[in-house]
Amino acid sequence: MGITLTIDGQQTQVPEGTTIFNAARELGITVPHLCYHPMLSVIGACRLCIVEVEGLGALPASCSTPVREGMVVATESPRVIEARRQILDLLLANHPEDCLTCEKTGDCRLQAYAYKYGVKRSSYQGDVKHYDADENNPFFIRDHNKCILCGRCVYMCAEKVGANVYTFAYRGFETKIAAGLDTGLENSPCIFCGNCISVCPTGALQPKLIRGQGRVFDVDKVQTVCPYCGVGCAISLQINQGKIIGAVGANGPANNNLLCVKGRFGWDFIQHRDRLKEPLVRKGGELVPVSWDEALSYAAARLLAIKDKYGPGALGGLSSAKCTNEENYLFQKFIRLVLGTNNVDHCARLCHASTITGLSYAFGSGAATNSIAELEEAELILVVGSNTLEAHPVIGFWLHQAQRRGATLIVIDPRRTDLAEKADLFLQLAPGTDVALYLGMMHVIVGEGLHDREFIEERCEGFPELAAILPDYPPAKVAAMTGVPPEDIIKAARLYASSKRATILYAMGITQHTSGTANVASLANLAMLTGNVGRPSTGIYPLRGQNNVQGACDMGALPDYLPGYQRVAKEEVRALFEEKWGRPLPHDRGLTVLEMMEAARAGKIRAMYIMGENPVLSDPDMAGTEAALEKLDFLIVQDIFPTETTRYAHVVLPGASFAEKDGTFTNTERRIQRIRKAIEPVGESLPDWQIISKLSARMGYPMEYPSAAAVMDEIASVTPIYGGVSYDRLGDRGLQWPCPHRDHPGTKFLHHERFAGGKGRLAVVRPQVPAEVPDDEYPFILSTGRHLYHYHTGTMSRRSYGLETFRPEAYVEVNPGTAADLGIEEGELVAVATRRGEIVLKALITDRVGPRVLFIPFHYREAPANLLTNPARDPKAQIPELKVCAARLTKIRQVEEPLQEVVYTT
Amino acid sequence: MPKPHRKADGVSHFPPDIALPVAGHSYLGGASLSRLDEFLQLQEQIRTRYQAKTDDALYVGMGTCGLAAGSGEVFRFLRSYLKERAPHVQLVPVGCIGLDEEEVLVDVQLGGKERYSYGRMDIDRTRKVIDRHVLEGKPVEEWLVGIIPEPAKPYPDLPFYRYQQRYVFCRSGFINPERIEDYIAWGGYAALVRALRDMTPEEVIEAISQAGLRGRGGAGFPTGRKWELARKSPGEPKYVVCNADEGDPGAFMDRSLLEGDPHGVLEGLIIGAYAIGAAHGFFYVRAEYPLAIRRLKIAINQARRFGLLGDDILGTGFAFDVTIKEGAGAFVCGEETALMASIMGKRGMPHPRPPYPAAKGLWEQPTNINNVETWANVPLIIDRGVHQFCAYGNENNRGTKLFAITGKTATTGLAEVPLGMSLHTIIFKLAGGVRRGRFKAVQIGGPSGGCLPEDKLSTPVDYDALTKVGAMMGSGGMVVLNEETCMVDLARFFTSFNRNESCGKCTPCREGTLRMLEILEQLTTQGGSLEDLAKLEGLGQTMRLTSLCGLGQTAPNPVLSTLTYFQDEYLAHLEGRCPAGVCFGGVKERKEEALWASP
Repeated sequence: MGITLTIDGQQTQVPEGTTIFNAARELGITVPHLCYHPMLSVIGACRLCIVEVEGLGALPASCSTPVREGMVVATESPRVIEARRQILDLLLANHPEDCLTCEKTGDCRLQAYAYKYGVKRSSYQGDVKHYDADENNPFFIRDHNKCILCGRCVYMCAEKVGANVYTFAYRGFETKIAAGLDTGLENSPCIFCGNCISVCPTGALQPKLIRGQGRVFDVDKVQTVCPYCGVGCAISLQINQGKIIGAVGANGPANNNLLCVKGRFGWDFIQHRDRLKEPLVRKGGELVPVSWDEALSYAAARLLAIKDKYGPGALGGLSSAKCTNEENYLFQKFIRLVLGTNNVDHCARLCHASTITGLSYAFGSGAATNSIAELEEAELILVVGSNTLEAHPVIGFWLHQAQRRGATLIVIDPRRTDLAEKADLFLQLAPGTDVALYLGMMHVIVGEGLHDREFIEERCEGFPELAAILPDYPPAKVAAMTGVPPEDIIKAARLYASSKRATILYAMGITQHTSGTANVASLANLAMLTGNVGRPSTGIYPLRGQNNVQGACDMGALPDYLPGYQRVAKEEVRALFEEKWGRPLPHDRGLTVLEMMEAARAGKIRAMYIMGENPVLSDPDMAGTEAALEKLDFLIVQDIFPTETTRYAHVVLPGASFAEKDGTFTNTERRIQRIRKAIEPVGESLPDWQIISKLSARMGYPMEYPSAAAVMDEIASVTPIYGGVSYDRLGDRGLQWPCPHRDHPGTKFLHHERFAGGKGRLAVVRPQVPAEVPDDEYPFILSTGRHLYHYHTGTMSRRSYGLETFRPEAYVEVNPGTAADLGIEEGELVAVATRRGEIVLKALITDRVGPRVLFIPFHYREAPANLLTNPARDPKAQIPELKVCAARLTKIRQVEEPLQEVVYTT
Repeated sequence: MPKPHRKADGVSHFPPDIALPVAGHSYLGGASLSRLDEFLQLQEQIRTRYQAKTDDALYVGMGTCGLAAGSGEVFRFLRSYLKERAPHVQLVPVGCIGLDEEEVLVDVQLGGKERYSYGRMDIDRTRKVIDRHVLEGKPVEEWLVGIIPEPAKPYPDLPFYRYQQRYVFCRSGFINPERIEDYIAWGGYAALVRALRDMTPEEVIEAISQAGLRGRGGAGFPTGRKWELARKSPGEPKYVVCNADEGDPGAFMDRSLLEGDPHGVLEGLIIGAYAIGAAHGFFYVRAEYPLAIRRLKIAINQARRFGLLGDDILGTGFAFDVTIKEGAGAFVCGEETALMASIMGKRGMPHPRPPYPAAKGLWEQPTNINNVETWANVPLIIDRGVHQFCAYGNENNRGTKLFAITGKTATTGLAEVPLGMSLHTIIFKLAGGVRRGRFKAVQIGGPSGGCLPEDKLSTPVDYDALTKVGAMMGSGGMVVLNEETCMVDLARFFTSFNRNESCGKCTPCREGTLRMLEILEQLTTQGGSLEDLAKLEGLGQTMRLTSLCGLGQTAPNPVLSTLTYFQDEYLAHLEGRCPAGVCFGGVKERKEEALWASP
């Protein structure tokens, strides 16, 4: 049953409750508007979308007026036009007439409507507001003089982002949009995601970097994927004459047009002066520029010589979670076929190795079970060991939206993160006590009969064994182990188990432990026990840290897997690849990242090829990594910037950035998405896949691909889960693997009706103590991680104007009580030492951390957190325990001086 | 020269050292009533006791109007003086009786007989009244304002009262607003008992619908229909709200009701909650009404103690309680969507309707909002019957309406008249006509109402007729103006108010009120051209037709109505001439200073 009405002479039928605005839009009539936005709820402020309805005296706003049976609507009647002119006249009366120099010219809705209705200038000559622009932040400007108070930014921030930075402040003509308590954006809770900019209809909100660089009519847009974290947000790069001048959100499935501060403002590293523009070869101790020919010939010769002398086992390679699928595929192929070894790994080892071991054991697949968009329908979301709002901000926005719709949010974390502050229930556990906590929750679930017997019976094995140990973990005992009050354990267990659509998100807080595999398996246990897997809006999401860490794993940049998680150890698998690739494959188990470093220190690995990684800063025990690299006979580093690792290189090869090449990234929800070349490679740099091909050719194995698309075609032919993937199918929304053939639509969620590995396996895991626990000498627990404004080792983000200007300095989070005990003041320099080293940095006093816990972001080369971390590893996953080690904190009694920027000599 | 009546919103404080007896006599010994019949027994006891009263009593007007004129001091004096000279005399603080300009009012009632009201009292005069009237039995003619032979017919000799119909305002000025027993003695909570005991919620709604009660906040929406929508709307819990954010300058009906008879409003809200199925209620009272808030708090606490609020009201299983939310001084928060935003802790800004509060109100739940006077009508309709209510007013406009009459009339104050009475009767008969010079206009409906000239005075005061002539009922402010008032200046004054109170959300109101004001400023200081008038008219129409909420839609009314009825004054201003001698640096006061002060 619909409602029939007439709009501008056209009869139409729409469902009851449709607004006039939307009914008109369906007829192809867009009613002029300034405040209405399809992403936001109705604001009703601008009044430009008024229409005339027969029989009604007033002119109702079409955005908020529902249709009625028999309504006759005119969207451009003389009365309507007159009223719109009046409204535009009023707006222009208090709006600068600087369209000639305004950044928004051509894209400004006010300008467009003034043009449409012929309002040349305002007829009023009265009061005009003159505000100082809010521009004390490096990201964007809020020019109140251009603000027409439509309210879109307020609603965007409140409804989609959840930062609630903006409000209408003051009254009447004095009304303005205030950030915080009208003390400027930089003093507000603003997270500078800039999503407000994307909905601003005028020039009131403008990114800083784009000023004077080009306006809408100068700009081309190329849609690609953000190169920062694993969420996989679609972005459009704005290009003017071969130069990137900005980035905006695009309508991708993971982000629905939203971006975080890094995605929107962190693109400018691409054109940073530090970019490697030509190959370098070390001559007389110095890296000097050479031709590609010389560099590649030299590299090929050295690799072959070392292989000849020491055998293929003396070679190894680190692939890159920042590079494309195609590049990872070719890299592992090169290492295996040309160098002849399985010594290939990448930084997934440091983040989600335990996810692969843990989830593969439980479900038969190590990937996220469900899709990001399914969070929308979740009833309960349990976030564990994930600082989502900082490390995966756009997923943080999804969580906010889910919560707004009524989803319950439980956060489990040793730190009281911003997400914990928003949670309905927050469990602040002691670092490294995860397994105990989940055993306690399972104790409650099984004890109270809240488990899903039917699901367990039909689809899982191992329940009796698991159930047998649960009596050992009553809430009271678990409370003593974890520091979480027993009633909260019970509450969390009941909430999770009684929700029909409960979902779990986790990140490094779970995986980077010596018990990482057990932690992951425990979460899988929770999901299986309650039947919260294999259905929409349930399951488990390991949040992937890098743009393509999922893809790098998928592509077999791992010592034990070929593309598509096919085991190297299996002869039939090898046979298949040998046939396709035409060369024999090594079958020894390869070395993982940290094993390679150990082998290098021991002189067993003599040469390495590192693509797009910076292990000196990213791996635990920096001194150990440096010693390993120092010892190598030959090191090739391929990157876009000089890094702490290129200092040890004999050959440095300049790669092209993500914006300068075609390819695909696979995001944290298994979605394979296209990245597209927006500009030419900087200097002489080349896309990594071309460099690998050229080097391979010089070593006797030609790799000839006309394009990245051709590489994907080959990937599809050897990788069943990518079997149906090709560039012509990917479009702007990509495909989620498994996608076994060309007619397959991709897979939204896994384990429907059957686990990938057949039966789900409940694991019997017991709590274990971290490798290093506090003692008298080192009384604190040190944890490391990310913050919002930087990314990984800072290679990219610290070369972004906005990000680096805003957060230039390292810090250690110290609990106020601890700070008081030690007499440490905010911003004061302190020393943090562990058994492996000591760094000096500023103290940030905050109750985000408990009294015995310290937290240091690992982005800063001036105070490298990984000088301190413990390389102790999970025996199954070989992942190091970056989240827990014993540390000492000392006040430094010196006059404070700014930390020195490290100057690169290359 | 009579003493000017002054409005005292926001300046008067209840003197802290006057602790009025709070339900001094408890019939309950502190225990909560749990059964309806126990309450009925109690009601009977109280009534009997009050009917038998033949005490000598003194009443002191202790509304904000009285306190502003100094009744606190008089009351303090009386307390000690009576103790010394006439300890048998009961001293009763009461709310406003409507005769505001005569405050401080001290009434003497001997032996339960007629009440003699003495006006403009101070300590000396009061002492003389006690000495001569109370102690010697000789009324003091000199200060006598009037006599109340019986409460139902106060001051039959005063025209100001003769034309009134005291219905909603029947108890204010007679009972101690801080004693629930007084309220009960006067028939209070009988309606609630009747509703809970004898009526289904639907029957309550039916009674209100039958009575034809329309929203007294000004818009006149049928109350019964509103309740029905909220009742039928799915969602739990539901809410009821009493809008006591009386923001019109010159309006003080709601304040006087809350100060003089808070239980009457509370009882209405409880009955409404029962009818709608609401679990919780809010009083949204502007913070500028500290005394109203204080008395309401006392009333709520008393009602809780008497089992009239709580988990199981009078043992019927009906659960309902209320919270007071103080407004922070924004005129727009009287608009229901803004009011709800404010209750929820958000900035008080209107939101487009639909969704209407009945569908999605507070916290997205069905919510019913009525103003103070509407709620106060409810128990009377239930208790005294639809028939009596319908005896007042005309077709479609039943019942009475409270008006705050201010400006240049002979008498100013609070009056309750049957709907449908003509403006002429109210101004010239009830209020005694214009105090000086000729009548020029009456501004009705507050700053967003319209100005009507003499030839519109036959208009009956009802919702439909007033709208038809370009004014509106509004909440009940009525300002009478004489020749000394410049209509352009008056329009400027009201526009200035609206410009300051615009919440700033929608374009026509935020920008339009300023531009309108700028043109009016220019007209009243420099003159102008016909184009300026055309601009005012065009802008006013756009604001009226396109603004988001009632404030913006009605903000141009003062301008549009004066342009219609007093065009000649505007034309004179174009040439730099102000017929009233106010503008262009004229000697007379401009509106900011003069409007509320009688000459």
